[in-house]
Amino acid sequence: MERAAASIAAPRPGGLPGRLKAALAAAGVALVLAVPLVGLRTVDQGGVLGIETRWDWVAIGVAAVFVGRLAGGLLTGPWAHLMARAGRSLPVLPQGAAVRGLAFAAIGFAIALPFLPFANRYIVDLGTTLLIYVMLGWGLNVVVGLAGLLDLGYVAFYAVGAYAYALLALNFGLSFWICLPFAGLLAALFGIGLGFPVLRLRGDYLAIVTLGFGEMIRIILINWQSLTHGPNGLASIPRPSFFGLPFERVPDPGVTSFHQFFGLDFSPEHRVVFLYLLILSLALLTNLFVLRLRRLPLGRAWEALREDEIACRALGINPTNVKLSAFAIGAMLGGFAGAFFATRQGFISPESFTFIESATILAIVVLGGMGSQVGVVLAAAFLVLLPEIGREFAQFRMLIFGAAMILIMIWRPQGLLGRRDPTVRLGRGR
Amino acid sequence: MEYFLQQLVNGLTLGAIYGLIALGYTMVYGIIGMINFAHGEIYMIGAFVAVTTFTLLGALGISFVPLALVVVLLVSVGFTAAYGWTIERVAYRPLRGAPRLAPLISAIGMSIFLQNYVQLLQGARVKPLPPVIRGGFELLHANRFSVQLSYIQCFIIVLTVILIAIFTLVIARTRLGRAQRACEQDRTMAALLGVDVDRTISLTFVIGAALAAVAGMMVTMYYGVIDFFIGFLAGLKAFTAAVLGGIGSLPGAMLGGLLIGLVEAFYSAYFSIEYKDVAAFSILVLVLIFRPSGLLGRPEVEKV
Repeated sequence: MERAAASIAAPRPGGLPGRLKAALAAAGVALVLAVPLVGLRTVDQGGVLGIETRWDWVAIGVAAVFVGRLAGGLLTGPWAHLMARAGRSLPVLPQGAAVRGLAFAAIGFAIALPFLPFANRYIVDLGTTLLIYVMLGWGLNVVVGLAGLLDLGYVAFYAVGAYAYALLALNFGLSFWICLPFAGLLAALFGIGLGFPVLRLRGDYLAIVTLGFGEMIRIILINWQSLTHGPNGLASIPRPSFFGLPFERVPDPGVTSFHQFFGLDFSPEHRVVFLYLLILSLALLTNLFVLRLRRLPLGRAWEALREDEIACRALGINPTNVKLSAFAIGAMLGGFAGAFFATRQGFISPESFTFIESATILAIVVLGGMGSQVGVVLAAAFLVLLPEIGREFAQFRMLIFGAAMILIMIWRPQGLLGRRDPTVRLGRGR
Repeated sequence: MEYFLQQLVNGLTLGAIYGLIALGYTMVYGIIGMINFAHGEIYMIGAFVAVTTFTLLGALGISFVPLALVVVLLVSVGFTAAYGWTIERVAYRPLRGAPRLAPLISAIGMSIFLQNYVQLLQGARVKPLPPVIRGGFELLHANRFSVQLSYIQCFIIVLTVILIAIFTLVIARTRLGRAQRACEQDRTMAALLGVDVDRTISLTFVIGAALAAVAGMMVTMYYGVIDFFIGFLAGLKAFTAAVLGGIGSLPGAMLGGLLIGLVEAFYSAYFSIEYKDVAAFSILVLVLIFRPSGLLGRPEVEKV
């Protein structure tokens, strides 16, 4: 009804003149917006600001908006059927055997990657970074994609996991394998502690509280000098061992190292490959865990809650507890990824856990498709590989991602590859 | 005592700035029920436009301060309001009626976009601005400690009071204010009764952006440095202020802003300056636990 009233108030412009007029109006607005920020640039000239002008940029921008608006108007107008066809032909993930085979092929390739002839240290390192983001994306997907809660401070749990491992290992000499569950547990506890007061309320509050929480964790990490060494960070964090076999060239006396045990020549690449396979198995475990959870009553409750909270309440689901479980599980997975990050880098500082990182992970989930495990992998690959292609892309990365998030919400809210269908259906739905 | 008074003055100044930003949050929340995450960025843009205009005026050789202030105020408000209008038109209007999460994600996308947009166009370094208004009154002098009220603080507080007065009049007396309040209560009913809902929402964003622009200009003059990231923390604190006052309540937003400003000033003065941002955030969590409807807000009932 509201829509009807609105459309009466603002009739759609028809015909080419109407579209030209709309495009001109858009160009006019773009001109106004561009003048102060694009056209004029303040530059620091030895402590005093000076002004530079860039009217050519303004002209290009305004022209682009004009053409874009005109093309957009035509696409929603006379050529709408073309647009609709293009929309239909966008890849909707095929279900069933085909996608399953593809997924297994991809996993096989991922396992084999370090042993392929073209693989070198750079590629394996890149793969490790990619898998960290994939794991974080899958973790956040539980919160955002399945339970429909917007978490803007996911990096906080990542940080908690990383610092938990680093501090336990440095202060108590505990090994990576003992610390890993603790890191996850601690992150989950933080998640529960944060979620408990907020999840009773509407979803918007959670978004802003997590946003604040992410920042607060960073501020605390910077300022709690005695524990975290502040901005200097924690260095020489112990590396993980292969079932008790360290990867050092010269291990401590009495300890056999990996290459000695297997009678290999020492190579620093052993550790790189081991770390890669470690995060691969962690990520695959995460995936399996999440896929299984989705079929449990709990997972179904998440998806139901995402669609309609009031209906869920009427059916006797306790929304707070269900949300809290999703939030805690997401936090735990973030904590695991954080512990791995710490042991891989060997050095962590608050600089690694900024809002940009949270935004990046959220962008992966949103662009890949909320709830889609494959989409997360593709989005993460896109995001990690893009800056490797060229520095220019790295600079524009977040700009593109911000704009893409808006466009995706408008045109394909389920994400590029997402499906909003529930995991489980009644009857013969599947 | 003197120290206390000084912090009171500083806190009120800060609170005026937060309150102006908080008004934008609370108005938008009241009318379309969503948090406009990009609001902090609007404030940041207001600050950048103000710096650019000040520099431009300096380059043109205009040194008469009141004239410069009026020009900067008008320019900053005008351009920033245009940004506010465009943001609503581009990122929020197409999503009216979409599932809850969609406008929130669109808003955060807009916020990320604007931050990087300004960073790329204006550079990542801080922008220093020489003080425009110098000097001040000495309110009190005792025990070798003097309580200062600088002219810039006067300017901020007086301008805020004037703006609040105008704003209250607009909301209470004008046709636009009436439409705005009607849409807040029931958008569908307002539309049926002939209120142009889309236009009212657009104007709400314009007013919110204008107030944020003034806050941005004030902060530029008060601190003398800005960068592309200032919208993040300021937005968070202003949102806290809006929640503290009761989200959707206009006097509440101003009250909340003042309280947050005071808390921040006193916390950094008496406890630790490093954790002043944590203090504001703790207030947000505490309010959400104990009084989610805020000081002046009405409890929210969600209907099917």
